[in-house]
Amino acid sequence: MPNFIMSYLGIKDAITPGAAGSQFWALIYVFIIFTGVSVAVMAMNWLERKALAHFQIRLGPMRVGPHGLLQPIADAIKLMLKEDIIPAEADQLVFWVAPLIGLLAAFAVYTVIPFGPSQAVSDMNIGILFMLGVSSLGVLGIVVAGWASNSHYPLIGALRSSAQMVSYEVAMGLAVVSAILMTSMKTGTGTLSMIGIVQAQQEQRIWFIFKFFPLGLIAFVIFAIAMVAETNRAPFDMAEAESELTAGYHTEYSGLRWSLFMLAEYAAMIAVSSIAVALWLGGWMRPFPNLLHAPAWDFIFSLFPALTFFGLAAIAIVGVVRMPSHSFFKIQRIGLAVFAALLGFIAVLLLVIAVAGRSADSSVAARFREGIDYVYWFVLKVAVFMYLFIWYRATWPRYRFDQLMKIGWKVMLPISLGVLIVTAIVGALVS
Amino acid sequence: MTDSITSRSNLDLDAPATPYLDSNELIINMGPQHPATHGVLRVILKLDGEKVLGTECVIGYLHRGVEKIGENRTYTMFNPYVDRMDYVAAVSNGLGYCEAVEKLMNVEAPARAKYIRVILTELNRIASHQLWLGTHALDIGAMTPLFYTFRDREEILKIFERYCGARLTTHAFRIGGCQYETYAGFEKDVKNFLSFVAPKIDEYEALLTTNRIWLERTKNVGVISGSDCIALGVTGPVLRASGVKWDLRKAQPYAAYSEFDFEIPVGTNGDTYDRYLVRMAEMRQSLRIIEQAVNGIPEGPIMAKVPKVIKPPVGEIYHSIEAPKGELGYFIVSDGSTQPYRLRVRPPSFVNLQALDRMVRGLLVADVIAVIGTIDIVLGEVDR
Repeated sequence: MPNFIMSYLGIKDAITPGAAGSQFWALIYVFIIFTGVSVAVMAMNWLERKALAHFQIRLGPMRVGPHGLLQPIADAIKLMLKEDIIPAEADQLVFWVAPLIGLLAAFAVYTVIPFGPSQAVSDMNIGILFMLGVSSLGVLGIVVAGWASNSHYPLIGALRSSAQMVSYEVAMGLAVVSAILMTSMKTGTGTLSMIGIVQAQQEQRIWFIFKFFPLGLIAFVIFAIAMVAETNRAPFDMAEAESELTAGYHTEYSGLRWSLFMLAEYAAMIAVSSIAVALWLGGWMRPFPNLLHAPAWDFIFSLFPALTFFGLAAIAIVGVVRMPSHSFFKIQRIGLAVFAALLGFIAVLLLVIAVAGRSADSSVAARFREGIDYVYWFVLKVAVFMYLFIWYRATWPRYRFDQLMKIGWKVMLPISLGVLIVTAIVGALVS
Repeated sequence: MTDSITSRSNLDLDAPATPYLDSNELIINMGPQHPATHGVLRVILKLDGEKVLGTECVIGYLHRGVEKIGENRTYTMFNPYVDRMDYVAAVSNGLGYCEAVEKLMNVEAPARAKYIRVILTELNRIASHQLWLGTHALDIGAMTPLFYTFRDREEILKIFERYCGARLTTHAFRIGGCQYETYAGFEKDVKNFLSFVAPKIDEYEALLTTNRIWLERTKNVGVISGSDCIALGVTGPVLRASGVKWDLRKAQPYAAYSEFDFEIPVGTNGDTYDRYLVRMAEMRQSLRIIEQAVNGIPEGPIMAKVPKVIKPPVGEIYHSIEAPKGELGYFIVSDGSTQPYRLRVRPPSFVNLQALDRMVRGLLVADVIAVIGTIDIVLGEVDR
């Protein structure tokens, strides 16, 4: 094996490939994350339609594949085959570039998302700053798209979106700063590194959401609200409010370009949820690390990934059993059974790894098991946020633009500023 | 186009005299293909940023010449056509037309027919309000109530279907009464529906009435005073939400309404939220009426003695009823032949739509949607 592959594997400490200077492994990680996020967006697409449908006493997609499982793929193919329309009056170049800007901004963020202490592309020392900076570039894509369309509805949508993002970025930033302050409580020196922030929670043995109760909680709630506004999701989806602006900034877009916007939106949702998880919910840490800290508990919690997949496989098998026995459903039935088998296979694989790597030494199996645990807990927490996004959308009406701005500047900003100051005072008093 | 928006009608004397001269204004066509204009309404908006400076409605995209058709059909043949005007409240349209012709002929429907008419019309009022609620909430961004209301509206349509075979354009009544006797189990179905839908209305209210965002989006939005409503000829829930207690079912009772005990819900502020509350209360009042009607439904014939060929005496008649959206009037001029000499419909949606400009001046684009929803228009009726 060439040295540039093996050198990173030889390192025993938990370190990201970026920080270790291994460009090869960094590339591999980028590839894995890009694929993972794309698959997650597809899964999210299916899940949103299904969950939303069930909120609304509908079934959602049922025709393409068993329980509509192949619907995202069918949609993707449809969108790719659609005619690529650029309006005659539009600014061709800018119209073309706009979705790419949004997509780039949404995906670039993933370089610093800490799926685990070494499960990230890179460990930038300004991680959170990079993340906020790059993710707010997404608004540029929207503004540019609205402008380049040379049409009224997209223009209004773009203006709304930019005003909204600018005002919520402030409250969001202040909430983040109060979390960063907390990282400095024990050691005296804080950190902006995403991995460092999670490790600070590990060292202080508390998730920041519970720190200085209720200060951490308030900051978290502020962030959780701001991130919905930031990603233009209901009830703050003014930029694309379909009943007002037909489709907002992407009214004139169609086909692949439109799907890039959707991809960027969902990727951005996952990204901001990851920030919330890393900053307040202990990142990759499993729940109850203080209360249930015996090695036996470690082992039990490491079984969760396998159990989750067993559960999913069980749901799929129930689907197979409940499917009508008519020959019309034969292919769907076989398809779902194969899917269940696939999930079951993954579950067995995870179980084997969990059992083989149960010792806490630095064997390959143990490192693998650890890595899977970290990624699992991180992704699970992010998934909860994804579900919340769907839940919001099913439950609430849409805010009006001026009310949204009012909440942003007159409610969220003062509260987050207050929380920041009080956190600083309490922190100074405690240490 | 620009001129017509900026020019002031007599009603706009108290509107601020803003000079319209700078280039920041935006003229936007909302519709006729727009998700929230409830069909093919086209509203030309004059905007300053997001603020609405003026609106102009362009209608007629769904014009089918219903009135002219009426002049070229016999009275009986025209009966199904009226269902196509306000197609979400077809039964009300039929009731208005049949009663107008009956009045012209000096015939009165038998008591049982009147009761059946009341039950079906009130069921249809609930269905119409449910559809209004779902779409109105959808316009304001709440997707879910739409599906709940459609689920429950389905039960009403099922009763219609069992009664007369059609779900939407029912043609439920005939001149002189009803063609069909109620089917076996009709009363049980209606009673089941009453107990089924009452908690559902609470469910809609749980989703919206105290919802913070809903309150912010509807309170003090699209305010119109009672006197403005009267000046503009606005009727129905919009008028009542402005505090005017005017309901034709009480004011000039038709069918069997004088025999039932019910209240007219009125609002105070005349804003979108009050109109929402008034309609929600009306659904409950309709349930009360239906309950009394179905319990007290008399036995007897369902058709009055009406000749096979309807030839009303020479004369003219205006008869109006309280449709779900407001006063629905029919003006019929008879020359003694089998066809009306002139038939004119006074549709509530068409008249109420006039108030749109009054309500939305100075508000934001998002409010235009809320106000269009709250006026509750059906374009089939506006354009006829």
